[in-house]
Amino acid sequence: MAYAIEMLGITKVFPGIIANDNITLRVQENEIHAILGENGAGKSTLMSVLFGLYTPEEGRILLRGKEVHIKDPNHATALGIGMVHQHFKLIHNYTVTENIILGNEPRDRLGNIDLGTAQKEVERLSNMYRLEVDPQAVIEDITVGMQQRVEILKILYRKADILIFDEPTAVLTPQEIDELMAILARLKAEGKTIILITHKLREIKQVASRCTILRRGKVIDTVDVDKTSESEMAAMMVGRAVQFQIKKAEAHPGPVVLSLQNLSVKNSRGSSAVNDFSLDVRKGEIVGIAGVDGNGQSELIEAIVGLRHVESGRILLNGQDVTSKGIAERIRMGVGNVPEDRQKHGLVLDFRLDENLILKTYARAPFCSRSGLLNFEAIRQNAQRLIEIFDIRAARGPETKAREMSGGNQQKAVIAREIDLSPELLLISQPTRGLDVGAIEYIHSRIIAERDKGRAILLVSFELDEIMNLCDRIVAISKGEAVGIVDAKQADEREIGAMMAGLRSLHASDLEGKAHLMANPS
Amino acid sequence: MGSFATMIPSVLMIVAPILITAVGGMICERSGVVNIALEGLMSIGAFTAATVHYFLEPLTPLSIWIALIAAFFAGFVVSIIHAFASITLNADQVISGTGINLLATGGTTFLSQVFFKMERTAPFRLGMMPGFSGIYPTAWIALAIVIVAWYVLYKRPVGLRLRACGEHPQAAASAGINVQKMRYVAVLLSGGLAGLAGGCLVLTETIQYTVNTINGAGYIALAAVSFGRWRPLGVSAASLLFGTAVALAIYMVNIESLRFLPSEFFSVLPYIITLVTLVVFSGRNYAPRASGQPYERGGS
Amino acid sequence: MKHTKKLAEPARRDRTDKLDNLLANDNAVSVIVVLLGLLFGTLLIILVGKNPSGMYSAMLQTLTGLDIERGTWNARYIGEWLTASLPLILCGLSFGFAARTGLFNIGAEGQYIAGLTAAQFVALYFPPIPILHWVVALIAAAIAGALFGGLVGWLKARFEVSEVVATIMLNYIAFFLSRWATMQIPGSNTYKTPSFPASAMLTSNLLQSLTNDSRLSIGFWVTILCCILYWFIIEKTKLGFELRATGYNKEAARCSGIKVTSRISISMILAGVFAGLAGAIVALGSFSYGRVLAGLDNYGFNGIAAALVGNNTGLGTFLAGLLFGMLASAQPLMQSRQIPKEITWIISGLVVVLISLRAGAKLFLAWRAKNKVRMHMEIQTASDAASLEDSLNSGNGGQKHNG
Repeated sequence: MAYAIEMLGITKVFPGIIANDNITLRVQENEIHAILGENGAGKSTLMSVLFGLYTPEEGRILLRGKEVHIKDPNHATALGIGMVHQHFKLIHNYTVTENIILGNEPRDRLGNIDLGTAQKEVERLSNMYRLEVDPQAVIEDITVGMQQRVEILKILYRKADILIFDEPTAVLTPQEIDELMAILARLKAEGKTIILITHKLREIKQVASRCTILRRGKVIDTVDVDKTSESEMAAMMVGRAVQFQIKKAEAHPGPVVLSLQNLSVKNSRGSSAVNDFSLDVRKGEIVGIAGVDGNGQSELIEAIVGLRHVESGRILLNGQDVTSKGIAERIRMGVGNVPEDRQKHGLVLDFRLDENLILKTYARAPFCSRSGLLNFEAIRQNAQRLIEIFDIRAARGPETKAREMSGGNQQKAVIAREIDLSPELLLISQPTRGLDVGAIEYIHSRIIAERDKGRAILLVSFELDEIMNLCDRIVAISKGEAVGIVDAKQADEREIGAMMAGLRSLHASDLEGKAHLMANPS
Repeated sequence: MGSFATMIPSVLMIVAPILITAVGGMICERSGVVNIALEGLMSIGAFTAATVHYFLEPLTPLSIWIALIAAFFAGFVVSIIHAFASITLNADQVISGTGINLLATGGTTFLSQVFFKMERTAPFRLGMMPGFSGIYPTAWIALAIVIVAWYVLYKRPVGLRLRACGEHPQAAASAGINVQKMRYVAVLLSGGLAGLAGGCLVLTETIQYTVNTINGAGYIALAAVSFGRWRPLGVSAASLLFGTAVALAIYMVNIESLRFLPSEFFSVLPYIITLVTLVVFSGRNYAPRASGQPYERGGS
Repeated sequence: MKHTKKLAEPARRDRTDKLDNLLANDNAVSVIVVLLGLLFGTLLIILVGKNPSGMYSAMLQTLTGLDIERGTWNARYIGEWLTASLPLILCGLSFGFAARTGLFNIGAEGQYIAGLTAAQFVALYFPPIPILHWVVALIAAAIAGALFGGLVGWLKARFEVSEVVATIMLNYIAFFLSRWATMQIPGSNTYKTPSFPASAMLTSNLLQSLTNDSRLSIGFWVTILCCILYWFIIEKTKLGFELRATGYNKEAARCSGIKVTSRISISMILAGVFAGLAGAIVALGSFSYGRVLAGLDNYGFNGIAAALVGNNTGLGTFLAGLLFGMLASAQPLMQSRQIPKEITWIISGLVVVLISLRAGAKLFLAWRAKNKVRMHMEIQTASDAASLEDSLNSGNGGQKHNG
């Protein structure tokens, strides 16, 4: 069996942790090889080593049988290894062509950039691999799916034959995911070798032939995808039998707490982000907003919090119109918010933990006297109390700088603060982004507990599994519009996925047929 | 109205140093580095040119041009400090730039003391002479610099790469571009141009260098960069506008109808115009995305 | 291939931890920077062929009044040193206060001029009632500074104008306005106004007698009061909490209901007050007549150095202001020892440049700390290895300045 890449005995150590522990990975020529693992399993580090971003402490890398020492990404590129990153490395105001040729520009006789030749080459590659792009479009104007195709073309332009895809489907609609799977199949048909980093079992089943599972820096096994079930792979990934369904009691929704009526909101660039959106959230229920990043969820939440101006429509809280009320006022009226970017909107990293915990209540007694003086003793005691209740781990207790805490504990701190406000309405966005399984389980159980206490909860998440597990009702959002509300118990993933892509009430069977056709071009 | 037309050579004389500095500032910011130190670098260039010219004047008719080249190099060399601080060490670019401005004031006066035993350079006999139709050569130098800058930024591969460094350095790095090296080149170039501009200023507008010679021209150039939306054409137009304001301040006293206004009114005019245009045209959205932000290389 | 535990690991980590701790200690860094500045100054003096001991004996005489070479002692030098320090401390407080809120106030110079001009006007136009006269002058100066600072704050909050270039323009505008306005006072010529009545001046008989007739004035007490007020507001009050939150992370502050726009305005207003008071103290404490400014006094700019070295704290700025005040008032003593007095400006400038590196050191430390934390199972993707830094950096709301 000819191996394109062999990574033998790779060990990579960072201060305090062994990220890759004696990992051996063998990728055959012209196969799609998946690397499966949770966040922090070490798959990202391993591929960084292959792409020249890191140098391993121990181990060797063989390229088609010959040993290589990959010094940096340029060297990797020269060897024919290319990587499609999860966060695209595209210049927003350059054209597709300019992004592709950047660093390797074709020149005319005078040494100027030859855009004509560049465009022809882009068109040639685009046709050859059926990667549809508009060479003259500007990056910030095109869809995420097309942007990803540009990323792929970038590495094909540099004549890569070993392609690494890093969590490629995180930012795609289900429609675009199907298109990507088809692209992967085509690339394989053209002779490329593909390594797919992912934690999505379904996709592995769809395109990969073999899969290496990593857990806590070690290789668990390399399996034939055809012969292994999804639950077997999941169990190897997590180390125990995985509960796909969270146990929760029936919901008993009460009166309406939040009412969004025909809400329209613009994004920062002035175009429409949320369009005529209406939704009610009741006491004691969790309503989920399912959608791919960039479809207006962020702007919707910002409008409810008060960060963003509402173009038209109304927001009612317990019957009162808060559309034009300020942020502080809405907090007082009972709006709690766990933001999607905890470090940007949730915490002041340079503040201590106890200061962060009173970030919204600093002006109230007992933290502050009427004359405006802060009561540090009360602030510290409050932090101590919350640390115990929510099990927040911080090296120096309330005095720890937020910056020094781990992501999971930072998130716990934010959630603790918001829950402690006893809000009528709790907004939660991406609560478990970047967290390990233990923290995820804790936070999910906390959210259910709050729902059972009678809070109205609006949950935004890009992970469809999370939405389907936690929510009582699910509304799909696409291009800023509400595309259907379903009861979670009766919801079918395919159906919600279709709605997320903007298709209304398509039957699941139709979709399966289409997906099958796209995955097997013949 | 005739008097306005005769002012054109004087206006161009004043615009030229501002434009040269602004082009340098534009290149620098397009690569992702903010160069607040332009004022100080102009001072250093002016001092260098004045000093070199003073000493070489009796020796060769080319002393003006040698002085200008020396001014370029002086600015080039001193901006190594700013480049090292902001690119290699990821310092706060505004603070390090301000530090250089302070250093420049102290340094030039210090060296004046050492060379001339007074707080200014000794006056040279003859500065640069105007050429064809009264226009100083510096105006042509400025024009040439703008055209070359436009050509390189938009037609040459190095320009495409440099602009990428200012928009999205990680993307540029992944395309194989050495972002740090690009930024170094941009900062050093902007320092050299600022030095050159300072030299042009002192050799055309006055007879010696004092701490008040530059008097905010470097900051005006910085404002011209953002007002001009970081593009060669816009920056040229902005420099023309601001330079005209400065020229009006000096030459308005010659115009009878405006004699009743105090001289301070004209002195303050360019700064007010700059401020107002900054407010009206605060073009935040047009700045290169990564401008002013330290770039950290990934990997350990 | 078995992975063997590396014994060298702990030792290496220990050494780098020590370096981290040293760099993380702001005060240690300030001291190091000042020492480096002095060292460079010494080398420069040697380079131009002079004797550096002249520089140090001048500094000693400034601090203690002791003239080593002649064996005499005169307390007036101490008084003059303190007098020179006061405006630097206050302008440092001005810069520091704004900096804590995330603003870069290079406009302290203009706010200083505004305060100075207002104080001069009150001195000449207000009825000569003892004590009330200079109190009103100080209040007027504070208000003038507040207005100038508030203007910047308003421009920033309302129009998102970068305060960097705007304040520099305002500095020049203030300068020319001051010249014109002061020259309108009847009896003024192109460089001074009529003399102040005694009731307007800040002279303190107590302090003067203590320091052998130096110009040390009531401004001394005002400055100390300001330092205490500065510390109190920032560390102990609700307002200070809001300002600090805004300075560290404007977005998170806004999400928490803090009215960021008005905090920015208030911060600049108070920053203007400090600088305005500096102008009043110089005008009414060091001079007996009003001045038509011929050039910038530069306290606004040099105060920046004091704030940076003092880490934008009350006590730190006080001490750093004393240091730079010493450098400034040592100038004539240096000149008389054949040392070019500009060496002190060079040292100041160098200190500012070196301090800017501290911000870089902080970023470096933050990056290392992030490395330690994020390796704990939370890297999401390989590309995050390179781009997590930028998303986290933009997320922490650090001070970015788009020229």
